[in-house]
Amino acid sequence: MRSIQKNLSGFNEAGIRPVAISVDSPEESRDLCQKAGYTFTFLSDPELDAIRRYDLVHAGQGIKGHDIARPAEFLIDSKGTVRWRMLTENYWVRARPEQILEAAKLLQ
Amino acid sequence: MKKINWPLWLGFVLTIFAFLSYPFIFANWATTRDFPWVNIPLFILALVLLFFGVRRAFAPGRRLVSKIVAPIVATLSVLVIAMFILTAFVVSRWLPPSTNAPQVNQQAPEFTLKDTGNKPVSLTALLTEPINNKPPRGTLLIFYRGYW
Repeated sequence: MRSIQKNLSGFNEAGIRPVAISVDSPEESRDLCQKAGYTFTFLSDPELDAIRRYDLVHAGQGIKGHDIARPAEFLIDSKGTVRWRMLTENYWVRARPEQILEAAKLLQ
Repeated sequence: MKKINWPLWLGFVLTIFAFLSYPFIFANWATTRDFPWVNIPLFILALVLLFFGVRRAFAPGRRLVSKIVAPIVATLSVLVIAMFILTAFVVSRWLPPSTNAPQVNQQAPEFTLKDTGNKPVSLTALLTEPINNKPPRGTLLIFYRGYW
């Protein structure tokens, strides 16, 4: 998230809108954004509606034993087609902004 | 002779620091997060210090308490290191296979979710709302674990 925020102008220039999605409530996400200084879109999926549709449910991994999303990134073009994705095998390893911006060059 | 066993305690403090600095400090940079390049050498240094600390505790002239405390501190440190290896390399790989996650060239499933202002936002809206007055070329969806 931090690296996305740092490269936000690069994403804007490339016409790419970063959007973060988790099970956190809008209030929790708002707190996180305020504390960490994130200015891009954060969406709240407490019912795992989108998380389930993208098959990213990580059952029982929440702090209260609730279901959460496993880390994953999808780059979607303006027609709604997935053009690039990263499903990490280790949650410490995430997509890097330069990787994503490179992949964004594929988009029209 | 009540000299403090500094290699032992330094080794212990370093172990704790090496453990906590991964999530709180070094996870902030991609290079030191993807692989704990800083933390591993710190643990090795800590182990060396602990080794000399234990040896020193059993040197002639040390008090009995020193011989009792040193193995306990060393064992605790080794447990912390084992815990680190477990969390950084083993548990972190226990992820669902996500075999039905949308593939490249597939249509991304539509959704509508609330933003931080409680306003519903759809994927279609994300893909059409202008960025800097220009139509967007795409959207990057970042799914993350959240506060857990």
